[in-house]
Amino acid sequence: MDIKIRADKFNFFYNETMALKNISMNIFKNTVVGIIGPSGCGKSTFLRSINRMNDVIFGARHEGDILIDGENIYDKDIDVVGIRRRIGMVFQKSNPFPKSIFDNVAYGLKINGIKDRSYIAQKVEKSLQDAALWNEVKDRLSKSAFDLSGGQQQRLCIARALAVEPEVLLMDEPASALDPTATLKIEELIHELKSKYSIIIVTHNMQQAARISDYTAFFMMGELLEYDITSKVFTKPSKKITEDYITGRFG
Amino acid sequence: MRKVKEFIIEKLILICGLASIFFVGLIFLFLLKEGLSVFNIVTPLDFLFGKSWYPISDPAQLGILPLILGSLLVTLGAAVISIPIGIGCAIYIAEIAPARIKEVLKAGIELLAAIPSVVLGFIGMITLVPFVKNCFHLPTGLTALSGSIMLAFMAMPTIVSIAEDALYSVPKTYKEGALALGATHWQTIWRVMLPAASSGLLAAIMLGIGRVIGETMAVMMITGNAAVMPNTILEPIRTLTATIAAEMGEAVVGSEHYFALFAIGIVLFIISFAINVTADLFLHRKQ
Ligand SMILES: Nc1ncnc2c1ncn2[C@@H]1O[C@H](COP(=O)(O)OP(=O)(O)O)[C@@H](O)[C@H]1O
Ligand SMILES: [Mg+2]
Repeated sequence: MDIKIRADKFNFFYNETMALKNISMNIFKNTVVGIIGPSGCGKSTFLRSINRMNDVIFGARHEGDILIDGENIYDKDIDVVGIRRRIGMVFQKSNPFPKSIFDNVAYGLKINGIKDRSYIAQKVEKSLQDAALWNEVKDRLSKSAFDLSGGQQQRLCIARALAVEPEVLLMDEPASALDPTATLKIEELIHELKSKYSIIIVTHNMQQAARISDYTAFFMMGELLEYDITSKVFTKPSKKITEDYITGRFG
Repeated sequence: MRKVKEFIIEKLILICGLASIFFVGLIFLFLLKEGLSVFNIVTPLDFLFGKSWYPISDPAQLGILPLILGSLLVTLGAAVISIPIGIGCAIYIAEIAPARIKEVLKAGIELLAAIPSVVLGFIGMITLVPFVKNCFHLPTGLTALSGSIMLAFMAMPTIVSIAEDALYSVPKTYKEGALALGATHWQTIWRVMLPAASSGLLAAIMLGIGRVIGETMAVMMITGNAAVMPNTILEPIRTLTATIAAEMGEAVVGSEHYFALFAIGIVLFIISFAINVTADLFLHRKQ
């Protein structure tokens, strides 16, 4: 299988605190990677390192490399904005802009300099359909995004990320604040999206990781302790501590 | 015992609150009583739209249109100068400046706010006035433009500090959302932060302008004080505030002139009040 993202001996620091230690892993095309691990183990930090969202944090620095299609995203000459366009992100707490539903999805296109109205309208519809939200909002696209329910807002944020056609989608506990029905919708969606994107999803929920991911990575105190095919991690983990975590003995 | 203490303190605070309202009411009543008398002599229309202000000629001509236009002209000029610079400065401080420069700038802005207006007026008189005179080859540098430039300096601290607050209070998640979509820093500021902060920014502008309208001393020193209908921004003008300050001392108590000055006070009061209420509306729309 083709490697889409590769982390190579990646360390990450917030000032003097080491949040990620020597992470090396390959993430393949068209797969869903679930990242699990106790709170504060560095899951979000890792995710944010992949699209360089940590750049804006004061005092943050890294060692080692992360590559996308063999290209080092931390290369001095790389276009960070371009990297972020290729690697979309959905946050833990849905964060639509204070704009209309339509404008939220169109935002990414507009900043890319796309002006063709009919193309934008088409793309907005397509993205909302891909995010399984179209039928619920098609009659009120000009309404504020804040009028939507929590689950709908999160799917709107997914649609917003899809509209710019990223190659990789990072999701940081996208369903943690949602009710079971909305969660199910998002899980189905991830399953659908896999055919087009590589997806890396952080989740607190073991069952969810088992259900939706092809590969599972177990983080603990900034280290990657286990990374394998999901069924293997959940049935025959190589480390005792992984088993303890998965069976809920701590965490 | 504790209850009694609580009770007394509560009542004291209540009295303080009521007293301030009471005094404001009193001031306004006094203003109305003295000011409205002028309408026994001129009609409100003639007062507001009359083109000549000769309060001590006989018969007195009490048209304040030149004064209103003078105030509007300097205010407009000050707004045109201070709004872009002030908002730009706020964006720089809130979003772009490295920590060090940010501290220096904020201290500088506070310092600017702390300069008494007379001092600013004085500095303006010996630097700005000759500069404007030479720049445009004018017979005098005491012009509306000089006033506008100087008032812009006075409005700027208010605009910068309130606008900066507004930008800070934009949720960080908006910014992250935009950046994660591949927006550049500037696109994030322009398309997400500024619209999200718009009500706070408008309030900043209104309060800055409110400060400009009410300013007296410095304007009086620098705008030439000619109560004539202004044609361009390069001529001397006179503002509403300067008129009151300059003439109240010589107006005979109870004369037409005296009442007219109070009526000008009412006009100013209404303008300031309208500006503050508008600013308040913008600020509260945010929540
Ligand atoms: N902005 C930050 N500044 C300093 N330390 C941080 C910051 N964000 C996270 N951390 C620290 O880094 C560690 C990993 O955090 P995080 O990646 O958010 O963990 P997780 O997502 O697995 O809960 C934690 O110890 C956390 O306190
Ligand atoms: Mg997290």
